[in-house]
Amino acid sequence: MKRANAMIDYQPVILPSIPDLQRIEVYEQHRGYQHIRKAMGMTPDEVINVVKASGLRGRGGAAFPTGLKWSFMPKASDKPKYLCVNGDESEPGSFKDRQIFEFNPHLMIEGILIAGWALGLRAAYIYIRGEYETWVRMVEAAVKDAYERGYIGERMKQTFGTDFSMDIYVHRGAGAYICGEESSLMNSIEGKRPYPRVKPPFPAQYGLWGCPTTINNVETIANVPVIIDRGPDWFKAIGAEKHPGPILYGISGHVNKPGVYELPTGMLLTELIHDVAGGVPGGKRIKMVIPGGSSMPPLRGDQLEGVRMDADSLKEVGSAIGTAGIMVMDEDTDLTRVLTRITHFYKVESCGQCTPCREGTGWMLKVLHRLEHGDGGSADLDLLHSVASNIEGNTVCALGDAAAWPVRFTIERFRGELEAEIRAKSSHS
Amino acid sequence: MPMFTEEELQQVQDIRSHYPTNLAAVMGVLHMVQDKFGYISDEAITSVAKLLDIPEENVLGVVTFYEMYHQHPTGKYKLQVCTNVSCLLCGSDMVLKTIKDKIGIGIGETTADGLFSVHEVECLGSCGTAPVISVNKEYHEKLTPESINALIDNLKVRA
Ligand SMILES: Cc1cc2nc3c(=O)[nH]c(=O)nc-3n(C[C@H](O)[C@H](O)[C@H](O)COP(=O)(O)O)c2cc1C
Ligand code: SF4
Ligand code: FES
Repeated sequence: MKRANAMIDYQPVILPSIPDLQRIEVYEQHRGYQHIRKAMGMTPDEVINVVKASGLRGRGGAAFPTGLKWSFMPKASDKPKYLCVNGDESEPGSFKDRQIFEFNPHLMIEGILIAGWALGLRAAYIYIRGEYETWVRMVEAAVKDAYERGYIGERMKQTFGTDFSMDIYVHRGAGAYICGEESSLMNSIEGKRPYPRVKPPFPAQYGLWGCPTTINNVETIANVPVIIDRGPDWFKAIGAEKHPGPILYGISGHVNKPGVYELPTGMLLTELIHDVAGGVPGGKRIKMVIPGGSSMPPLRGDQLEGVRMDADSLKEVGSAIGTAGIMVMDEDTDLTRVLTRITHFYKVESCGQCTPCREGTGWMLKVLHRLEHGDGGSADLDLLHSVASNIEGNTVCALGDAAAWPVRFTIERFRGELEAEIRAKSSHS
Repeated sequence: MPMFTEEELQQVQDIRSHYPTNLAAVMGVLHMVQDKFGYISDEAITSVAKLLDIPEENVLGVVTFYEMYHQHPTGKYKLQVCTNVSCLLCGSDMVLKTIKDKIGIGIGETTADGLFSVHEVECLGSCGTAPVISVNKEYHEKLTPESINALIDNLKVRA
């Protein structure tokens, strides 16, 4: 068994327990803003290669290799280049980036600067969901402090002794899940109605204001200074071989100790639920687990043994890591209600641009409402399944799939439970 | 009366300086309007368009897209109740019921004195401390019937 004692020997590096680390002087005392110096001792290509060699994969949902993404950016460009740091964090079940904003914002800022050096950026925009106003203020304060110390902006040249400088701005969203999708996010920053864009062209060629742009999740960027500091080999040795590093698991729902836990990737799902998060209240059995935010295919409670929280292991069992937001539901959970609530979310958050997504989410919700209120039958499950299958793969952005997956996989994996619920509901109504 | 004070206009300039286009400043300026007036009126939309020298329909298009920009006044305290999955599992029904018992209103309603309105919202990114409500800009987490009653009493005193 690999890393059975991971919990015991792991020391957090993204959210270490250092009091007041969000204050710049404390961050400096812990060698803060030294990693950017170290990175600047390397060529930009060397930095990209270090990130590649570390095996870091995006923490925003798709687990795309970060170094590879960075290498798509054109080296020479007569246009400015940008980074968008994605802190929209609106995927239900996800609440991890907020921890970085609150407890270690300078690590994210330093990661942005390292990306800036590696990619030759003009500026970075930290996109934070509008509801996180409290955390927007925290990040703005941290950015301001870093400007004042000469770590960002024109004065970087003096501070670090190179001719590189960049700016960092905070952009506050206003309540729209779709803005977490990278092309919608760019339209949102540009001040347009944030419809996702048709790809190609990809952001590295045609991003913000038509300029080369990279989009990375907050947590992804926060891993970068750590990789520069300790080296790619150190990083690669943590957790799952093909999806290594520290990861912030957000565990919520029916567990005794919900919260965000920084641990290696590839932990056993059962270990996370029972040991880390203290198990299910009342010792109840688990009916369903959604392992990576509400868009990811749900797993059966009796399917969890041996499943590890990394991209490949979850793929094998027909799910995905997403944001590593684990939602646990006990044996008494009303699955019809949960599925209805999830579908309601995608229905209201669909931008309406593609017919299958706009109409399909509406239909699914109508049928689910019927089932929830006890006037539907087992045939409705087939109808739902077919509507979901028709959305999948037929839309501009991945929200369509995100809406279809929970419905399709819940029906495929929980048909017996759903039918029993339907029978019970219709006999009561 | 002009929409913004001198100091606020300075803040608008600051927002503008973050972007290569005026259009990109629209969300930041709309947040200022929303924060100051509690909603975004038709006149405000016209003023923002003039201020940033951008077409009015662009401003309207942005206002209508996002959940947090309101085109009509709401209660002084917006009780925004998350009913998404983790909160549902941890008691958002209890939250709504406690509010209803306490001030007599449910989702989409405003109290007669205009002090409170109740809104159903999507996941607030606080699932580990569910159930959660956001009151205007403040999160209140791990709610219990007692803490909800205390919160509402507190808000009444503050008002
Ligand atoms: C509907 C939708 C919502 C998304 N929301 C987020 C989000 O809130 N945060 C995030 O980092 N990525 C989100 N993503 C993924 C982004 O499009 C993008 O892949 C990610 O930010 C890339 O960063 P990474 O490579 O560092 O993971 C979303 C994608 C979709 C389709
Ligand atoms: S899939 Fe849905 S959210 Fe995405 S672009 Fe199409 S309509 Fe909009
Ligand atoms: S489900 Fe309520 S905060 Fe996430």
